[in-house]
Amino acid sequence: MPEPLLDIRNLRIEATSYPPGEPPRHVVLVDDVSVSVEKGKVLGLIGESGAGKSTIGLSAMSFGRGGVRLTAGQILLNGRDIRTAPVSELRKLRGSEVTYVAQSAAAAFNPARKLMEQVIETSLAHGVMPKAEAEARARSLFRQLGLPNPDTFGDRYPHQVSGGQLQRAMTAMALCPKPDLVIFDEPTTALDVTTQIDVLAAIKRAIHETGVAALYITHDLAVVAQVADDILVLRHGKKVEYGTTDHIINRPEQAYTQALVSVRSIEHEEKPAAKPVLTVANVTARYRGTHFDVLKNVSVDVAPGQTLAIVGESGSGKSTLARAITGLLPPTSGRITFDGRDLSRDLAGRTKDDLRELQMIYQMADVAMNPRQTIGTIIGRPLEFYFGLRGEAKRKRIQELLDQIEMGKGFESRYPAELSGGQKQRVCIARALAAKPKLIICDEVTSALDPLVADGILKLLLELQAQQQVAYLFITHDLATVKAIADKIAVMFKGEVRRYGSKTDVLTPPFDDYTDLLLSSVPEMRLGWLEEVLAHRKMESAGN
Amino acid sequence: MHPVLKLVAQRVALGLLLLLAVSAVIFLGVEALPGDTAQAILGQSATPQALANLREKMGLDQPALIRYFHWLGGILTGDLGKALTNGQDIAQAIGQRLGNTLFLAACAGVISVPLAILLGLVAARYNGRWPDKLISGITLSTISLPEFVAAYFVIYLLTQLIPIFNPVAMVFPGMGFWERLHAVALPVIVLVLVVLAHMMRMTRAAILNVMQSAYIETAELKGLSPMQVIWRHAFPNAIAPIVSVVVLNLAYLVVGVVVVEVVFGYNALGQYLVDHVSKRDLPVVQAVGMIFAAVYIGLNILADVIAIVANPRLRHPR
Repeated sequence: MPEPLLDIRNLRIEATSYPPGEPPRHVVLVDDVSVSVEKGKVLGLIGESGAGKSTIGLSAMSFGRGGVRLTAGQILLNGRDIRTAPVSELRKLRGSEVTYVAQSAAAAFNPARKLMEQVIETSLAHGVMPKAEAEARARSLFRQLGLPNPDTFGDRYPHQVSGGQLQRAMTAMALCPKPDLVIFDEPTTALDVTTQIDVLAAIKRAIHETGVAALYITHDLAVVAQVADDILVLRHGKKVEYGTTDHIINRPEQAYTQALVSVRSIEHEEKPAAKPVLTVANVTARYRGTHFDVLKNVSVDVAPGQTLAIVGESGSGKSTLARAITGLLPPTSGRITFDGRDLSRDLAGRTKDDLRELQMIYQMADVAMNPRQTIGTIIGRPLEFYFGLRGEAKRKRIQELLDQIEMGKGFESRYPAELSGGQKQRVCIARALAAKPKLIICDEVTSALDPLVADGILKLLLELQAQQQVAYLFITHDLATVKAIADKIAVMFKGEVRRYGSKTDVLTPPFDDYTDLLLSSVPEMRLGWLEEVLAHRKMESAGN
Repeated sequence: MHPVLKLVAQRVALGLLLLLAVSAVIFLGVEALPGDTAQAILGQSATPQALANLREKMGLDQPALIRYFHWLGGILTGDLGKALTNGQDIAQAIGQRLGNTLFLAACAGVISVPLAILLGLVAARYNGRWPDKLISGITLSTISLPEFVAAYFVIYLLTQLIPIFNPVAMVFPGMGFWERLHAVALPVIVLVLVVLAHMMRMTRAAILNVMQSAYIETAELKGLSPMQVIWRHAFPNAIAPIVSVVVLNLAYLVVGVVVVEVVFGYNALGQYLVDHVSKRDLPVVQAVGMIFAAVYIGLNILADVIAIVANPRLRHPR
């Protein structure tokens, strides 16, 4: 057996956190994790947020964010222990032997410097190769990664290229100094599905062609199944299961891994068409001071107790549609009918009942709540405002709502910062329900959550819908979620509704080109999916 | 037109507009004072007839609006009028003193700006450790001293204990550059001590703010040394806030240093202004006021322009 490139043995990582108003707390982030990567192989690290995947990934450079300390165990890189190596020595290996690809390339590139300068910086700083050679290598990597105009791409600044291109440029930056190991930290998470598949394919090809070893960190098992040779499943900083990709995907042994593999267990029967509660007819809208319609002639409707899913990539106009319906962006033409009455175009013209019956839940639960108010105050506010509830009546209703979101007693006196991401989103749901709405607009409500937590939120939303006959307008980019909960689907692209109808109609072929691209880009949890899709697309484009 | 040129043109046009507004305010302010130039020349005991004659001669009987435009036209053509106290041509009197003022400000700026930025970078590099605390401590104590105390302290140190400079900063026309530099050394030292802390603190704060960005972690993970990270990755993104504070201090060096001028007997604009305020020489006050306003606005336009040019999003639109 060849000696591994990276051999992590019994690694323990600790940190000290400083919660406000409490004494400093000592936490163990990673406990007794052992893992190894051979030359030219890809190891997938997978787990929920807080599982310690990024922390382990960065430990391969012996780097700890903030006050994170690598306290015990060994990190053997090319046979020597780097855990205890002095910073001056680490600086030599960071950026030359091991390089890093961050989740958000848009934030990880320096906005003030040209891409080429940043891509070749490590090669020059570590004296790996002279400038001319580094630039030539960067250009060939740009070409390899499928970037447009590879010869001049490096002359641009980060803000001049798209998010998917930046992510590929970051991969080029990591590969340029010919490292032994690249750490990919959620490199496709921030991208749209149709972009993700291209970047994923480019990364996979580049890994294969350069023969570099890689750590691939992600929360998406379907993605990691496409690129990794081995997978380590983590939870709460501990190993859950470690094995080949085939083993983890097809024959998982641990219950947690099985849950991850079979996530999206929701079965939802499509409900028959009914008289709509909300009708959006030929709505066109543009932002003030612009000359470009962000919504073009959009017509959709949704019936009581049903869910209309609005699907599309970033910039497709999904959230803008929500703004038009809620009155935040008055449409330039078209009609919005709600519960049999016409809604005023702008917010100022709407009655209190209009406002009450139409509620919103947002993607970022933590910024949608006042951090200085207790959960009781947050949920109690609509009760006071719409129904004038006070004292005991209000307290009783708050408890009722907390029961509905399955959070039980004792939560009303706590603050948002004390809750987990899933609990915060539940509180936001309770706040929306408190107004007894007829329609709730859910804007990417599960996108910031881990898969298992998101699953719980979706189940809760469906139960509440069955009980209270509330309609949902569910905005998302995640097609798996749509399949799970929608009754009707509208596919949006560049401000237009490209495809619209019942779930079965929309998801049954023949598809239009865009819907086909969108549906086929969603990663599936099986080996070889990426190759199949790419081969299929190649065949089709050759046929045309 | 390139968007940067357009923005710069906008800023310059706005600056000129602002200067026009300032000229109106200065003129109105002087108008609002009791009495006028004729009264000031002839004194309290002048007869109404004499006053009327003089007013007619000086054009003071004209409506205020006409006099304003007359004055404004004079400024634009370089004619600032004559001083009341000695009948000297104001433009000529100011010209030499303005040169002295700018020379002093330039010397202090050339030393203090790079020094402050360098100290700010070092303080940011050793954030919270002893070099940071030492730099902050020293610069904050020098800024806390009143200027004249610092001035006397420097005089005592560098003319009595170590006699290498003259306590009086005498300059006169025809003086050589090095001679002149030697003469202003002491006021320059004092001014550097006064403006250093503000610029240093702002540089440090701006750099530390940028150090929170994700791209700084990228730079660290590239294995760059801390000073390389700060110089190549943090500093270019902190230019705008640093420049605005630098400019504020440069403006102060031009318009706010009368105490230092007096202590060192340096013949420059601040002293000239204060002299003529006390003598109620209104044309001089107006003229110097306009010059100070122009310097202030001009430097701030420069800061805006640098901030615009330093922003790659504006320099290279998509």
